Amino acid sequence: MNQPKIDLSPKVSDEIRKTTCYMCACRCGINVHMKEGKVAYIEGNRDHPVNKGVLCAKGSAGIMQVNAPSRLNAPMKRVGPRGSGEFEKISWDEALQIATDWLEPIRKENPEKLAFFTGRDQSQSFTSYWAQHFGTPNYAAHGGFCSVNMAAAGIYTMGGAFWEFGQPDWDHTKLFMLFGVAEDHDSNPIKMGIGKIKARGARVIGVNPIRTGYNAVADDWVGITPGTDGLFILAMIHCLMKAGKIDLNYLAQYTNAPVLVNSDEKSPEFGLLMRDKDGKELVIDRATGKLTPFDQPGVKPDLSATHRVAGITHRPVFHMMAERYLEDEYAPEAVAERCGIPAKRIRAIAAELARVAFEESFELDQEWTDFRGEHHKTMTGRPVSFHAMRGISAHANGFQTCRALHVLQILLGTVEVPGGFRFKPPYPKPATAHPKPHVGVTPGKPLDGPHLGFVHGPDDLALKADGTAARIDKAFTWENPMSSHGLMHMVISNAHAGDPYKIDTLFMYMANMSWNSSMNTRGVIEMLTDKNEETGEYVIPRIIYSDAYSSEMVAYADLIFPDATYLERHDCISMLDRPICEADAAADAIRWPVIEPDRDVRGFQSVLCELGARLNLPGFVNEDGSQKYADYGDYIVNHIRKPGIGPLAGFRGENGDKAGRGDVNPKQLDQYIENGGFFVEHIQAGANYYKPWNKAYQDWAVGMGLLDSPQPYLFNLYVEPMRKFQLAAEGHGDRQPPDHLRERIKEKMDPLPIWYSNEDENKGDEYPITALTQRPMAMYHSWGSQNAWLRQLHGHNPLYVPTKLMQTSGLKDGDWAKVTSPHGEITVPVLEMAALNENTIWTWNAIGKRKGAWALEEDAPEVTKGFLLNHLIHELLPPKGDGLRWANSDPITGQAAWFDLKVKIEKADPPSESQPVLPAIKSPVGKGPKDLAWKVGK
Amino acid sequence: MTTLPNLTQKKLGLVIDLDTCVGCHACVISCKGWNTENYGAPLSDQNAYGADNSGTFLNRVHSFEVQPTGDEAAAQLIHFPKSCLHCEDAPCVTVCPTGASYKREEDGIVLVNEQDCIGCGLCAWACPYGARELDQAEGVMKKCTLCVDRIYNENLEEVDRVPTCVRTCPSGARHFGDLGDENSDVSKLVAERGGMDLMPEQGTKPVNKYLPPRPKDELPEFDVLAPFLEPVAQEAKGFLGWLDKTLEKL
Repeated sequence: MNQPKIDLSPKVSDEIRKTTCYMCACRCGINVHMKEGKVAYIEGNRDHPVNKGVLCAKGSAGIMQVNAPSRLNAPMKRVGPRGSGEFEKISWDEALQIATDWLEPIRKENPEKLAFFTGRDQSQSFTSYWAQHFGTPNYAAHGGFCSVNMAAAGIYTMGGAFWEFGQPDWDHTKLFMLFGVAEDHDSNPIKMGIGKIKARGARVIGVNPIRTGYNAVADDWVGITPGTDGLFILAMIHCLMKAGKIDLNYLAQYTNAPVLVNSDEKSPEFGLLMRDKDGKELVIDRATGKLTPFDQPGVKPDLSATHRVAGITHRPVFHMMAERYLEDEYAPEAVAERCGIPAKRIRAIAAELARVAFEESFELDQEWTDFRGEHHKTMTGRPVSFHAMRGISAHANGFQTCRALHVLQILLGTVEVPGGFRFKPPYPKPATAHPKPHVGVTPGKPLDGPHLGFVHGPDDLALKADGTAARIDKAFTWENPMSSHGLMHMVISNAHAGDPYKIDTLFMYMANMSWNSSMNTRGVIEMLTDKNEETGEYVIPRIIYSDAYSSEMVAYADLIFPDATYLERHDCISMLDRPICEADAAADAIRWPVIEPDRDVRGFQSVLCELGARLNLPGFVNEDGSQKYADYGDYIVNHIRKPGIGPLAGFRGENGDKAGRGDVNPKQLDQYIENGGFFVEHIQAGANYYKPWNKAYQDWAVGMGLLDSPQPYLFNLYVEPMRKFQLAAEGHGDRQPPDHLRERIKEKMDPLPIWYSNEDENKGDEYPITALTQRPMAMYHSWGSQNAWLRQLHGHNPLYVPTKLMQTSGLKDGDWAKVTSPHGEITVPVLEMAALNENTIWTWNAIGKRKGAWALEEDAPEVTKGFLLNHLIHELLPPKGDGLRWANSDPITGQAAWFDLKVKIEKADPPSESQPVLPAIKSPVGKGPKDLAWKVGK
Repeated sequence: MTTLPNLTQKKLGLVIDLDTCVGCHACVISCKGWNTENYGAPLSDQNAYGADNSGTFLNRVHSFEVQPTGDEAAAQLIHFPKSCLHCEDAPCVTVCPTGASYKREEDGIVLVNEQDCIGCGLCAWACPYGARELDQAEGVMKKCTLCVDRIYNENLEEVDRVPTCVRTCPSGARHFGDLGDENSDVSKLVAERGGMDLMPEQGTKPVNKYLPPRPKDELPEFDVLAPFLEPVAQEAKGFLGWLDKTLEKL
């Protein structure tokens, strides 16, 4: 044999630069291999707490993102009409001067005329700080559009949520059940976890109308009817309670199940919890039979005892739960047809939950002490874990559904125990430890506090003296009282309508509102381009937009700040925001410019530092009026939020040896870079479970600056703030809802989880099919189509139609179908899929593109065959004949209910392109090269 | 025609777990990244931002729907990653007219010596798995090298001397090792999980193995699980009675 000699040890790269990925929201650590100063190859960082070396397709394709032809290359001002894409390049100085000239008078006269919303921003603690110092109440990111139901239900119920804020105990769980989980957020950790538990033989149950991704590898697939997850969960609660398969000890010790509730219908405090003068919830101690605050040493709260005082009976929350959930309306037989799951299967799954939680429970040999001072020799494991995401939250019943799931977890005693679901720092943190929303506007001054937060009753609503909404998005009003993330999806329509008031400038970052980030895409485009007939001015007078890429939204802005890509700028994945912690550790991370931009672009946060100084915002200027932070990197190191606490928790103090609290360290960024771009501080054994009630954890969290003082709390099976809104609707108190909302508040703000259908509101009788979108694992929002490698994986998004519906509609693969909703219609290519709920159709999200955007050719499949379901969804529900238009959102949080979309489908003659077709926009960056052969080294 | 070695010292290859592959394409793109920058010509892309875009990949993931028999059985979706299987009787080697395709004696890796490749495409026709792709820019045949420039690379830490697709796989569905050594981890995994050859009837004796998906939708019937849901009461009042009695015992 004459084998050629090959080099088995070629040089891999000149240098590895370790930073944080931003190809999606997962925030993995990456090793960027450099050759001759250029990015040659990207792989996962083995030391990183999030991904431990692995990396998804998006992450590895980062090299195509930082070299994408769609990158914006200079600041621009609009010269053609909005939507034309006609711009003129300008200098940064001119761009910042234009913005200053627009914003300065607003701030002086009425700061609320600025609406600043920041899309998929990962620097919300910074952007909100900027907005707060500007003084406008109108700030939020995209949570209201995305998944506030999940976040708010989790925090109100148990002081923490799914998403990336918690994780199953992958090392101990034996049954993992996931609901409506798409394939993006926290994606590598979930894939790693599923791989790990399946290798161990643990069972995975997937609940999802669509069997792709995680559901494809699940041992059992429950192809539920969309929007009925809450009913399915309540049926399991019914079964488990009826069988007594609930963790009574856990419920008594750590939840408000034993807390006493005023049960006198005539009392103005009917339904409120009994509290002592310090506001602590009261329980009956089983040892003494006496009334006592829940947290006293030695107290054993009684789940059953009632208490009568001043003629009023107070019953424990648990009594109310028994009364509700043992009712036959929640029996599996009563819900089976609606959920599309046979009653026997519901019972089998409930029984399996019971079996694993109680028959396979185990003790971890780990001592700990609870907040009452009781010492425990071991930690009891209940190896059942759950995870859920947008699939259950993006419905108008999503908040109550997410609540129901948390109640199920808690009844089984599986939260913060070995084998169950665990919080990641800075969680657990109860709703009461978060800020309340602030809307106190003073011209020329900062807002009176943080914009977003958690309301605890009508007094906390964001209303003006005349009862109208204080915020442009009407967050924290009677229409959606607990809208903790704001309502980004309502900003443009409200600003266009001048309801609750008109604004002057809309300032947005990374939010593709004229395309895939809006319901009612065409309507939003019309609002953005609509002119006042008398003045000829745009109805929304000024739009400033920042993006790194030539997205569809760029064309609708008047002034563009081109952002740097993720390898060209500083970022901070902060403990003040959405850090990268693990259940066993606090962790945060940075991005840093591993390459310099080759264009006239700047990181958006650095632009805000300069704009803030030009506007003389107090947080952004020194005493002498000079610019306080040279750029975002300077802010990350030198900003102090509270004494000793800044954006980064690691390498604090003069010598960089302090964690959590410590002085500013001028070398902090260098030390992060030396450490691989991140910082980790582990929680000691014995402190890492039972965190809300564990003395050692609470002390550790205070030391790290995560809590100001130990704050043990009870899980809220019963959410009292919801009852306060009901009480108002029943006529109690000074702050009263408008009459047309009274009935809805009484019904929907139930402090114990309920389920309700949204089918009638969406005309389900006429439109019997539910239409959904999912994110592929290899794409993130609209970013993937500009990526030459990723678009070869997902360049097409057919409409997937279940077998039976294909047959009854006379459809074959490759045919086209007209899909009609109460709001609009699209005509698109179809493909049969068998592993799909029989009344559900779906497609991949945000593959469809507008002609001229993202530097794609105008005949690219994303443009000609791709499509959005957004054209079928309206931000308002169809009229129901009461003269009012009701929002297409959750009545509790305002979360956009885009998974409530109901449609009908029929075969159509094939059009030349997917319908509707919108006219091309002129690309501000031209088009990409035809062919690529990307080799950086020689 | 090119001859195969009579025996290779090792049989390096991949074991791919179809039970845990979630179809994320991480391996596909990691492979594209490493092999664009490393061994031989870069993996090119045509019409990169336009219609009919295509490119060279050494590893692709296909998805197949499976409809089990039985009225009530739900359809399944199987993700199936596919790259060169480094066959013992590799028809792509014996068909090569120039000797460019060869199987390494020391480890069994099938490679293309790009200098000698004339781009005739016979090997791609001969491969029953469709695992070879002719690069449109360079005109040479590209295929999985099992990251031959990683697995022995002294510039990499030892832990990283594995194919890039294995290193990056988030769900741990890809394993690398010597399938000629029955005591290797990969051989044990194949034995334990019933690892399979792909299309054995082709007689190519592939080195790579696939671990089949475990049976799905087999949660025991409720009749079996019923004892775990034996009611303690029928309605709320009875439940509270049970509660009192149970709390007494706690």
